[in-house]
Amino acid sequence: MFFTYLRRELRRRRKAALVVASGLALGIALVIVVTSVSAGMSKAQDKVLQSLYGLGTDMTVTKAAVSQSSGAAQRPRFNFDANDEDSDKEQSSDRVLVQGFQTLASSTVAKVGAQSGVSDAVGGLSLQVVKVSGEFRRGQFKQDGNSGSRQGGGAPGGGAPQGRVEGGGADFDVNSYSVYGTDVTEPALGPLTSSRITKGRTFKASETNAQVLVADASYAKEKKLALGDTVTVKSVKFKVIGIATPDSGDAAANLYMPLKRAQTLSDSKNKVTTIYVKAADSQKIDAVKSAIQKNISGTTVTTSADLADTVSGSLSTASDLAAGVGKWLSVAVLVAAFLVAGLLTSSAVSRRVREFGTLKALGWRSGRVTRQVVGEALVNGLVGGALGIALGLAGAYVVTAISPTLQAQLGSGAGGGGGFGGGPGGGGPGRQQAAKTLEVALTAPVGLGTIAVAVGLAVAGGLIAGAFGGWRASRLRPADALRRVA
Amino acid sequence: MYELSGVTKRYTRGKDVVHALDGVDLTIADGDRLVVQGPTGGGKSTLLQMLGGLDRPTSGSVTLDGTDLAGLSESRLTEVRSEKIGFVFQSFNLIPTLTAQENVETALVPLGVKTAERRARAAEALASVGLGERLRHLPGEMSGGQQQRVAIARALVKKPKVLLADEPTGNLDESTRDEIMDVLEKLWAEQGLTFVMVTHDSALAKKAPRLVTIRKGRITVKENAKA
Repeated sequence: MFFTYLRRELRRRRKAALVVASGLALGIALVIVVTSVSAGMSKAQDKVLQSLYGLGTDMTVTKAAVSQSSGAAQRPRFNFDANDEDSDKEQSSDRVLVQGFQTLASSTVAKVGAQSGVSDAVGGLSLQVVKVSGEFRRGQFKQDGNSGSRQGGGAPGGGAPQGRVEGGGADFDVNSYSVYGTDVTEPALGPLTSSRITKGRTFKASETNAQVLVADASYAKEKKLALGDTVTVKSVKFKVIGIATPDSGDAAANLYMPLKRAQTLSDSKNKVTTIYVKAADSQKIDAVKSAIQKNISGTTVTTSADLADTVSGSLSTASDLAAGVGKWLSVAVLVAAFLVAGLLTSSAVSRRVREFGTLKALGWRSGRVTRQVVGEALVNGLVGGALGIALGLAGAYVVTAISPTLQAQLGSGAGGGGGFGGGPGGGGPGRQQAAKTLEVALTAPVGLGTIAVAVGLAVAGGLIAGAFGGWRASRLRPADALRRVA
Repeated sequence: MYELSGVTKRYTRGKDVVHALDGVDLTIADGDRLVVQGPTGGGKSTLLQMLGGLDRPTSGSVTLDGTDLAGLSESRLTEVRSEKIGFVFQSFNLIPTLTAQENVETALVPLGVKTAERRARAAEALASVGLGERLRHLPGEMSGGQQQRVAIARALVKKPKVLLADEPTGNLDESTRDEIMDVLEKLWAEQGLTFVMVTHDSALAKKAPRLVTIRKGRITVKENAKA
């Protein structure tokens, strides 16, 4: 009788049921869309962070920032000769600099690795190579009048012929690129993990000091580098063994080479700029961070969460919107939907006073009448939930199909002017990316958890509505059935 | 057997206190047929509610077969209603979404009767009021007289001891009224019910063996030897 009565009542009052269900559906759909968009943003943010960190890195350790003056003293200098003879000979000079000028001793990698809660630690050296090449031409001295000409450069003495230097000058090209020295024995951690080797191969564990390198795909394209080509850095020839394409965003460096080679090139023997750390338990990252900072002085530890704070741009704005406005809008719509469902159910009970009063007069207990009301409300809630899930999935699908592009500016929003502050940008590849804007396509993945929450909300909505109606029905006196007609 | 002793029911309406029943003493023997008459607001329906255990008196006692209904818990009172008392209302009070058979079944639900038996008994009850062919019809598809027959079948399907009818013919035309009264009287005679009916209809009142007139909460009882 319960189900027969339930079915008939819902069919009879399908318009009212549809209003209640639609309200709940709207609220639930909003929750699904907001949750999935938030998840998509978090995924996008992770992608952005991965492009800096590589996969599996929970935090980076860099040297604590020091005063600006000490760094400024190490600015590169280029010396070119003004050749005595008239010559177009090209001159070139390259300087290999440690990015951020801050390094840690290689022994720190082992110290970090020994901290409790650290599963793995690997060091890397970020370099910036500035190559200046070109030619320097002397000017020609031209004497006024018919005094002929002679090569300039000689100081005109008293009564010397009048004239001027014409032509000459310099034509120099400056090429700046980044090099990352990677620990070839630890391929699972570090920035190279965020790229896929699309051509050739990656480093072998034995190539600790080999003259080989992996080039970033876009840099290789720009410089027309192919497998087997040679790249000369500071007079050392390196063979291109692989081309790496980043999974998203930009690559951490233009060229990757074995750490030892990078150290030699930059005169940074046994030095690293960044230590990539993987925590044993992803829930205890903060504890590991504290332990490293406490036990190894002069270091700055930056976690993914710290880095996420430095992401700005439309991704950050949208993320803030989803977390703020989206969340509260969902809550407001849900509360409103619950209230409307409750009030409509309660008012439906009021319209059925005679019906329920009659049933009570026939001997139906209050509990049975209440169950009937709650049952109807629950089905309304579930119908609303089903509609809401369908609507929410459609919304999430539309977002994913459109895939609006969000921009993420890295580091520019960080406190202070130092890019990532004391983060990996202090010396890691992050600094290189600090001024860059990454574009990430937004998706809205709907997880099973979200669906479970939606079902929970539907049941909760139904129960809340049922509670309103059930309370009203339970207070109904059977005498009302007679009084209505007396 | 009913024993009403000093039954008083007072309602407060704003500042006014309404004496719906004012010290009613009444005995109704098993198998009695009683008609309650009186002006609107005189207390007829309140008296019926006291008899049906739908309301409790402010003071006094309403005893059915030795049990004071006023002293029973709500759940026990519900039980008494489900087992012993059948109601017929002026507006039929059928559930509009349920068929005739299902409406009759609602009276058997609180008794825990199994579905198959419930259906069979409901069909039987409907046949006894001449609606054996209308089991699957919804109330909206039936005439007023037919709906009231369904309501009568619903009241009697559980074989109650008492049938309480509140203006059962109030919404019916004259010929249907007679038809319904014939059904009620037949069933009363067949089942040995105690039958209390509230009515405005003087023609019906005249036929009753016992007539209770109620005015301003007080009753007068008249035995009708002709009936």
